[in-house]
Amino acid sequence: MLGMKPFARSSCLLLPMALAVAVVTATIAGCFSDSRRDDSTIRITGSDTMVNLAQAWAEAYHEAHPDISSPVRGGGSGVGIAALINGKVDVATASRAMKDKEIALARQNTGKEPKQFIVGRDALAIYVHKDNPLDEITIDALAEIYGEDGTITTWPQLGVDNADCAGGEIIRISRQNNSGTYAYFREIVLGEKREYKQGATAQSGSSELVTLISRTPCAIGYSGMGYYRPGEVKMLRVSRKKGEPAIEPTLETALDNTYPISRPLYIYTLGEPTGAVQEFVEWILGPEGQKIVADVGYVPNPKATETPSAGGDSGDNRSADKGPVAAGADPAANDASPRAAGQP
Amino acid sequence: MATLRATSERRRATARVSWFRRLPELAIESLIRLCGWSAILFVFGIFFFVFREGAPLLFGGLDLAEFFGSTNWNPVADTPHYGILGLLAGTTSVTVLSMAIAVPLGLGAAVFVSEFCSSKVKEVLKVAIELLAAIPSIVWGFIAYMMLNPIIIAVTGAPVGLNILNASIILALMSVPVIVSVGEDSLKAVPDSFREAAVALGASRWEIVYRVLFPAAKNGLLAAVLLGVGRAIGETMAVLMATGHANQIPTSPLDRVQTLTATIAQELGETVQGGDHYRVLFVIGILLFVIAFVVNLTADLVVRGIRGKQNG
Repeated sequence: MLGMKPFARSSCLLLPMALAVAVVTATIAGCFSDSRRDDSTIRITGSDTMVNLAQAWAEAYHEAHPDISSPVRGGGSGVGIAALINGKVDVATASRAMKDKEIALARQNTGKEPKQFIVGRDALAIYVHKDNPLDEITIDALAEIYGEDGTITTWPQLGVDNADCAGGEIIRISRQNNSGTYAYFREIVLGEKREYKQGATAQSGSSELVTLISRTPCAIGYSGMGYYRPGEVKMLRVSRKKGEPAIEPTLETALDNTYPISRPLYIYTLGEPTGAVQEFVEWILGPEGQKIVADVGYVPNPKATETPSAGGDSGDNRSADKGPVAAGADPAANDASPRAAGQP
Repeated sequence: MATLRATSERRRATARVSWFRRLPELAIESLIRLCGWSAILFVFGIFFFVFREGAPLLFGGLDLAEFFGSTNWNPVADTPHYGILGLLAGTTSVTVLSMAIAVPLGLGAAVFVSEFCSSKVKEVLKVAIELLAAIPSIVWGFIAYMMLNPIIIAVTGAPVGLNILNASIILALMSVPVIVSVGEDSLKAVPDSFREAAVALGASRWEIVYRVLFPAAKNGLLAAVLLGVGRAIGETMAVLMATGHANQIPTSPLDRVQTLTATIAQELGETVQGGDHYRVLFVIGILLFVIAFVVNLTADLVVRGIRGKQNG
């Protein structure tokens, strides 16, 4: 009897334990098979500017293809590119092109060449508080506001009497330093050499930035024009130089490239996409995906693909990798080299 | 002879039974011991992993003079700059001002709860204070962003309401519950005979608190304050939203600042694993570790000093 007791107890434990082991094994096996099989999920991560767009794509695509689900995460172009380099996503969205250094890292980490697709265009609007009397601004003035050693620090220097802003100080709102918007604004406004002036308020998202400006009469900031909220903030007209006409940020001015701060929006895959990812990318570049681009507030882009250049061997790669996706281009909206157009 | 053998056998049997009985006790005992050691293990483990990520940069090319002496924090520039002087100033200014608000408030509340109020009021206050401690930090950040921001603009005329003052108020509100509960416990631990003796000597209530309770509960009160400091230095999300997150050396409480913790929170997710930017954020992590260690060590030494004086 005494000897029976432990045995009885252990047999009680045996069944649940066996079950637990079975469940754990199944789960682990499931995990592994999931990570190998990319057919049912397409992981999308990246640009905060494009997160609404990517979400809209994912939802519409899921409706058309119920067997495919695409979890979308934002965080910034840097997040998406970093995740791509670490091999953790299928599609990275980015509002800036990958840097040579990042392409080299991706090649080194995964052995695959990142493939670039331009999926639309975005105009970066300059936002101020709705009661700010300023209507237009030049790129040079923006550079003096945001750039290192810049000379413009107050609203009266821009020739406006910003009544609600006591003290007249311009409060610079910027983005966190790995955001694609941050990098693009620097490239266009400050140029290759100049750095940002320290001390700007760095916001973690486009929407937060616009919210902060709507509550701050002294503020100026930049974000995609898709984040415009009428009655809360105002978008400035922008001119390249003093004397040139100031252009309003609209779909038309962004597409015909008269608005000075418009840029291509990218998605990246690791290597030539295959299977479900390939279908998804083709769908994005097709009429349905492009219609969503317009619906969300961006400019549908002429489809073109380009493998980002790295160092000297770019020429060969580019011609070799102009893949099957490029062939499906919409001829009406075709722009021969959108990447070059976006980088004056 | 035979009886001897029988006794020894019986003894062995008893020993076996008691061993069986002691088994669960032994198991529990070693489990508890494991729990105790695991705390140390985890601390060392965390330090090891943070250090491992930061070390390659720390010992391989990080310009320490620039790191501590420059305000130029620009990790994504073509020639990156890793100057954290502005971030250190941000963390320090926010911590100091929040403690200036929270310590009098917290200790005052602790004294009131422990010495002055009726037991009914005490119940209500304690529940309210515990509730204050249960609010998640992101909610505090939201309050800072949406409510405190316009109030500060309206009251002080500052151009932005997200600044040192805002973050300090929020941090003070977050640290007060910690200070109150630890402070109240240490005041309660002072024996009633002390109070009775003071009353017998004709001391007023204020004199009892100031001359008797504070010196007697010194260690506990100091621990309460330092726990508050730790909370203020380590807080991240609320501070990220409330400070305005702008890298500059502040000259007034209405200036915007950027703190060490908020910098890690905002930038770490976007860095390439193993890159210099990634590693420098871990170096900041190491620095935060060192700061926490120094704060705790100081507290320990001060408490020991007080104890030594009392004993001697």
